[in-house]
Amino acid sequence: MAKYLLLKHYRGAPAAVNDVPMDQWTPEEISAHMQYMHDFAVRLEGTGEFVDGQALAPEGTFVRYDGEGRPPVTDGPFAETKDLIAGWMVIDVDSYERAIELAGELSAAPGAGGKPIHEWLEVRPFLGEPPTITE
Amino acid sequence: MNEALLRSLTPSVLGILVRRGADFAAAEDAVQDALVEAVRVWPAEPPRDPKGWLVTVAWHRFLDATRADTARRRREDLVDEEPAAGPASAVDDTLQLYFLCAHPSLTPPSAVALTLRAVGGLTTRQIAQAYLVPEATMAQRISRAKRTVSGVRFDQPGDVATVLRVLYLVFNEGYSGDVDLAAEAIRLTRQLAAAIDHPEVAGLLALMLLHHARRAARTAPDGSLVPLAEQDRSRWDTESIAEGVEVLQAALARDRLGEFQAQAAIAALHADALTAEETDWVQIVEWYDELTRLTGSPVVRLNRAVAVGEADGARAGLAALAGLDPSLPRHAAVAAYLHERDGDLAMAAGLYAEAARQAPNLPERDHLMRQAARLNARQSR
Repeated sequence: MAKYLLLKHYRGAPAAVNDVPMDQWTPEEISAHMQYMHDFAVRLEGTGEFVDGQALAPEGTFVRYDGEGRPPVTDGPFAETKDLIAGWMVIDVDSYERAIELAGELSAAPGAGGKPIHEWLEVRPFLGEPPTITE
Repeated sequence: MNEALLRSLTPSVLGILVRRGADFAAAEDAVQDALVEAVRVWPAEPPRDPKGWLVTVAWHRFLDATRADTARRRREDLVDEEPAAGPASAVDDTLQLYFLCAHPSLTPPSAVALTLRAVGGLTTRQIAQAYLVPEATMAQRISRAKRTVSGVRFDQPGDVATVLRVLYLVFNEGYSGDVDLAAEAIRLTRQLAAAIDHPEVAGLLALMLLHHARRAARTAPDGSLVPLAEQDRSRWDTESIAEGVEVLQAALARDRLGEFQAQAAIAALHADALTAEETDWVQIVEWYDELTRLTGSPVVRLNRAVAVGEADGARAGLAALAGLDPSLPRHAAVAAYLHERDGDLAMAAGLYAEAARQAPNLPERDHLMRQAARLNARQSR
């Protein structure tokens, strides 16, 4: 069993096939999209493959240490940041192929016109724990 | 209250319920309930016959759970007709449970989860914590697994090899949370070895004991990996090594070699060396040759290249590596090691960095990155 992160980008991924910004969908289309995501997570819980799913606000702040006794320095948000994470789902599956299959299904979530968005999702394997037997 | 005793009784209690006519899924739930009840009640009122107590409580739970069911009457009729525990021994029941939980119709993760619960007596929560998934996810995985095997007859012989693969997976899972999966795998394999006389079961048990013996020496206090050659061998568990060697020798004497016995033999040769320099690499290479013959696995050939490098020099090791697919996991790490031994530090540093990028887990990545950094620092001096 291996864990994978299915990463959804606001920006930074190649353009989706059905690439219409959400604010130009109908409210019904947005509801249908949310329902699809919800049903997908419920289905994975049913198959024993769901670990976590979260969405992120687009605005982020960069923070860094600025020396002893000084408050941290903050910067941003940067409008021009190339890569912007929208959210993720963590799955625990039998194989890499299964992770790809599920990401493909998630990418079929409906968007404008009720048609699949075909958006690009990034599949990233977790770094797990080392095995006990190594030689 | 002895939790180990309680959990060791799990498979035979479950076996008795199934033989009395309970379906596997419901019986398994009932046994879990009985285990929880035992944890609650036994400290104040220890039973004279722990197994009898568990059977009685589990059986009542099973009847309670099916009472509302329309099939209740039929089941109760069944109970009246069924002879009590019957002639089947607890050993047979235990063995049948291993077969059922590792049934080939299950995916490996499902078989692992079901084995830990139905044979190991762990709770769903404990299993979920061990594998870092939500309890609800693990509960679904287990109930689906139970549905998958619901039609499998309990009295048919299964394949020992599938059971061994499941136990190997449990042992090799590195997580050590609340539940020590390595120790649990050893317990389950020991129990299996008592139920069936099979040299590969013994081989796997020996392999586990020999690797488990090194556990304390495998990681530094900061969690970083300590390679075999650098481990403090005085921290190896000599009792576990002695038992592993004894189990292995008895298995090898049967002259039915299998991959687990061969792997255990390699581990035993490492355990036998008081210092890394004393390691009998020539014999280890011979065992890797056996393993290659038995499995044909490219991963075995990769490990063999390391052993050849130690036995016959880095050049020979690199020659053994030459025919292997570079996309094999840990290929770059092996190549880096052999090139360093061969004196090509620049090449080795680059390969260590590449291996770090490909590492499947954090401790390995950090270890490989430190190797790259060590060589780069030496070269820039």
